[in-house]
Amino acid sequence: MMLIPENEVLKQELKGVAERYDNKRSALMPMLQMVQSRHSRISEFAMQVIADMLDIHPVEVHGVVSFYSFLNSEPKGRFIIRLCRTISCSMQNKDRVARQLENDLGIEFGQTTGDGKFTLEWTNCLGHCDEGPALLVNDKIHVKLTPEKVHDILEECRSTFGLHAAQKKEGGNH
Amino acid sequence: MTQILKTGKELDALREKLKKQRESVKQTITICGGTGCHGYGCQKVIDAFRQELASRKLEKEVELRVSGCHGFCERGPLALLAPSGIFYQRIDVADVPAIIEKTVMKGELIDKLLYVLEDGKKAAHEKEVPFYARQNRLVFANNQRINADSIEDYIAVGGYAALPKALAMKPEAVIDEVKKAGLRGRGGGGFPTGRKWETVRKAQPGEKRYVICNADEGDPGAYMDRSLLEGNPHSVIEGMVIGAYAIGANEGYIYVRNEYPLAVKNARIALDKAREMGLIGKNILGSGFDFDIIISRGGGAFVCGESTALMASLEGKIGEPRAKYIHTAEYGLWNKPSCLNNVETWANVPMIINNGSEWYSKIGTATSKGTKIFSVVGKIKNTGLVEVPMGVKLREIIFDMGGGIPNGKKFKAVQTGGPSGGCIPESLLDLPVDFDELTKAGSMMGSGGLIVMDENTCMVDIARYFTEFLSEESCGKCVPCREGVRHMLEILNRICKGEGKAGDVELLEEMSEAITDASLCALGGTAPNPVLSTIRYFRNEYDAHILEKRCPAGACKALINYSVIDKNCTGCTACARVCPTQAAVATDKPAQGAIKGKVNPKLKMHKIIDEKCIRCNMCFEACKYDAVQIK
Ligand SMILES: Cc1cc2nc3c(=O)[nH]c(=O)nc-3n(C[C@H](O)[C@H](O)[C@H](O)COP(=O)(O)O)c2cc1C
Ligand code: SF4
Ligand code: FES
Ligand code: FES
Repeated sequence: MMLIPENEVLKQELKGVAERYDNKRSALMPMLQMVQSRHSRISEFAMQVIADMLDIHPVEVHGVVSFYSFLNSEPKGRFIIRLCRTISCSMQNKDRVARQLENDLGIEFGQTTGDGKFTLEWTNCLGHCDEGPALLVNDKIHVKLTPEKVHDILEECRSTFGLHAAQKKEGGNH
Repeated sequence: MTQILKTGKELDALREKLKKQRESVKQTITICGGTGCHGYGCQKVIDAFRQELASRKLEKEVELRVSGCHGFCERGPLALLAPSGIFYQRIDVADVPAIIEKTVMKGELIDKLLYVLEDGKKAAHEKEVPFYARQNRLVFANNQRINADSIEDYIAVGGYAALPKALAMKPEAVIDEVKKAGLRGRGGGGFPTGRKWETVRKAQPGEKRYVICNADEGDPGAYMDRSLLEGNPHSVIEGMVIGAYAIGANEGYIYVRNEYPLAVKNARIALDKAREMGLIGKNILGSGFDFDIIISRGGGAFVCGESTALMASLEGKIGEPRAKYIHTAEYGLWNKPSCLNNVETWANVPMIINNGSEWYSKIGTATSKGTKIFSVVGKIKNTGLVEVPMGVKLREIIFDMGGGIPNGKKFKAVQTGGPSGGCIPESLLDLPVDFDELTKAGSMMGSGGLIVMDENTCMVDIARYFTEFLSEESCGKCVPCREGVRHMLEILNRICKGEGKAGDVELLEEMSEAITDASLCALGGTAPNPVLSTIRYFRNEYDAHILEKRCPAGACKALINYSVIDKNCTGCTACARVCPTQAAVATDKPAQGAIKGKVNPKLKMHKIIDEKCIRCNMCFEACKYDAVQIK
C-alpha cells in the first residue's frame, strides 16, 4: 500500500468540496466544516490551502474561523462536550451537571483534558428545552441530564474512543 | 425501485396506490422516533417492537411506523395505535410484549401506560388528554402519521398534492393566493409572506433569484422548526418548491444551525428522495420548471438568523448584518433578489394551495391568520409543542394545555419572543396570541418560544440573563449594540449583586433608547426589550434589589442566605449528603423535627455554614421537611 502524506489527502478532500461549489466563495463554510469534522480543528496549513483554492486572502479565512463558535484553529479534544447554558436548561439545574462535568474531567469550561480526549464548552440553546439540561457530544445529543448520567456519558466516550476514531473517517459532512 | 414522476397524473396514481397499501395493513403502531424521545430510549422500544412482531409473525398485519416528534416529548417514549386510536406514554422495553399480546391482539388497555388526568382518571386516547385536545394541528398533524424518512408516507397522506396544483397556476396567481390567505412570517417579524414574494418576483427583472429557508432557530426555548424539519421535512421542501415557482427561482438553500444534526440528516434524505422522484430538479412534473435545494450548515452564531447575516454566511463570509435600507428581497444573496422565510412559514404554504386562501383565512384573528406552533417550556407541568389557531389566549396555552405551574407554585410571567421579546405578567394572560397584540404589550410573537416562570424566578435576573445572551451574541459591528448592551449588562450584574444605585433603572431606560435607535440590525434594535418589559411590569423587584438589597424571589445568589429552621430539621442528613462543599453539617444538638410524627432525638440537628455555602440550592431541593430556608 502506498502511503499518501496526510496533507495531500486533505488537499484532495478539499478540492472535491470546492469543485462542488464551482470553486466559489460559498464553498468556504462547507470546506471549513469538513476539515473541522475530520480533524477536530482547522490548521494554519488547511486555511492556507483553502485560501489558495478559493483565491481569497488567508486573513479572510482566519476571520471566518474565529467568528463561528463551531470552528476552531486550536487543537481540541476528540470529544467536544457542549453543555447548554440557555435559560430553560438553567431553570432545570444545569449548574449541577456542569459541576459534575468539571469534577469528573478535572478541567474547567473552555479547557481540554491533558490526554486530548475531552474539551468542555458552553453552547446556546440546543432546541431540547423541554427536557433539559441538554448537551452535545460532538454530533450526539443527550437530554434530561443528571450527575449520574454525566458519568455514564463520559464512560461511554472513553470506551468508544478507538471505535470513534475509526468512524470519523467515513462520517463526512457533504 | 423508485419511480420518476413525469406528470401530476402519475403522482396522483402513485398516491392512490400508496394509500391502498396503507389501508391494507390491519393495524399500525406509531412510535415517536424524534430526538426528544430518543433521550428516553425510544430506540430500544422500537427494536423490541420489531423483534416481538417478527417472532409472532405479525409483520404483515401490523405495521410499525417510526415518526417524528409528536410534541409531547416529556412523556416519551410514546406509541399511537391505529385504528383504535389508543395512546400509550412512558413505554418501557418490558411493556412491549404486553402491548402486542393484550392491546394489539385482544384490544385490551394496559392501565399503567395511560396518561393520568388531573382528576386521577386515565385517558386512553390523545383527544382526551388536555395537552392535545385543545390544539388544532394543521402544520404539525402529519408529524405523527409518517415515517420521517419516507417520501411515500408523505405522499400517501396527501403530500405533494399542492405542488402540481401550483404548477398549473400562473406564478402571480400563486402569490395572490398566499396574499389573500393572509400568511405572515413565523420567524419573528410577522411580515406578510405574499407581499415579500411579490417584491422578490418583481425585483431586478431577468436576473437569477433565490429562495432560502431559515432553519437557524436560535431563540432560547424554541424548537418547533427543529421538530418540523426532523419529522416532516417534505412539507417544508414542498412549500419551498411552490414558493420558488411563484417568484421564479431555480435555486434554493436551507440554512440549518449546526446544533441540529438530525434535522440536517433528515432534510438531506428528503431532498435526495424528492430529487430521485423528480419532485425537485429539472422539469418538475413535466412543467418545464427547474428547481433544486442545497443544505447549508451554520457555524453556531445566533446573529446568523438575521436575514442579511444569514445571507453573508451563505456566501462564506462572517455573519455580520448590513444596513436595512437595502432590502434582501431586492438585493440579497450575491446581491440578487432573495426570498427568505422561516421553516414554519414554508410548511404552511402547501396547505394554503391545497385548501384555498378562503379556507385558510378563516382560521385565526383579523390580522394574524392560520395557526402557530409554540414551545412551552420552563416552570410548567406539560412541556412540549402545541399548535393553536392564532387568537387563542396565553392563559389557555399555559393553564389548559400546559397544565399550569408544578409543585403548587404561583405563576409569575411568561417570556415570549426570544431574547428580543419580553416578559408578560399574570394580568395580561388573557391576551390573544396575535402578532400585533403581543407587540402592543411590549413583547412579540417571535418564533414561538414560551418560557414560563414561577414565583421563584427573579425578573431582574431574567433580564440580566437575556442581556448577557445578547451581549455575547452581538456581532460587534456597531458600537451601540456592542458597548451599550455590555454596559447594560454591567449595571444589571451590579443590581443582582446588591450593588445597585438609585437611578440605575432610569439609566437603563435611557440607554435602551439609544441602543434601539442607533443599532444596525434587529438584534441590537430589540436588545433592550427584556429589560424594558421587566421594568414595565416588575419595577418593584428592581426597587427591592436596589433600595433594600433584597431579592424577593430568592434567586440572586449574592442577596440570599441558606439556613436551617431548627424546629423543622429532623436530622435526616439529606442536606449534608448532597452538599458539595460540606457547608451543611450536623450540630451536636438533638433534632426537633418529626419524621412520620415522631421526633428521634438521637439524630442531630443540622446547620449551614454560611462562609462555606456556594448557594447551589441542592440542600433546599434535598430537604423533604421544609427545614432549609432561603432568605
Ligand atoms: C438576531 C436575529 C435572529 C433571528 N433568528 C431567526 C431564526 O432563528 N429563525 C428565523 O426564522 N428567523 C430569524 N430571524 C428573523 C429573520 O431575520 C427573518 O425575518 C425571517 O427569517 C423571515 O422569515 P419569515 O418572514 O418567514 O418570518 C432573526 C432575526 C434577528 C434580528
Ligand atoms: S446591532 Fe449588534 S448584532 Fe446587529 S449589526 Fe449591530 S453589532 Fe451586529
Ligand atoms: S435551553 Fe437548553 S436546550 Fe434550549
Ligand atoms: S420527540 Fe417524541 S414527542 Fe417529541
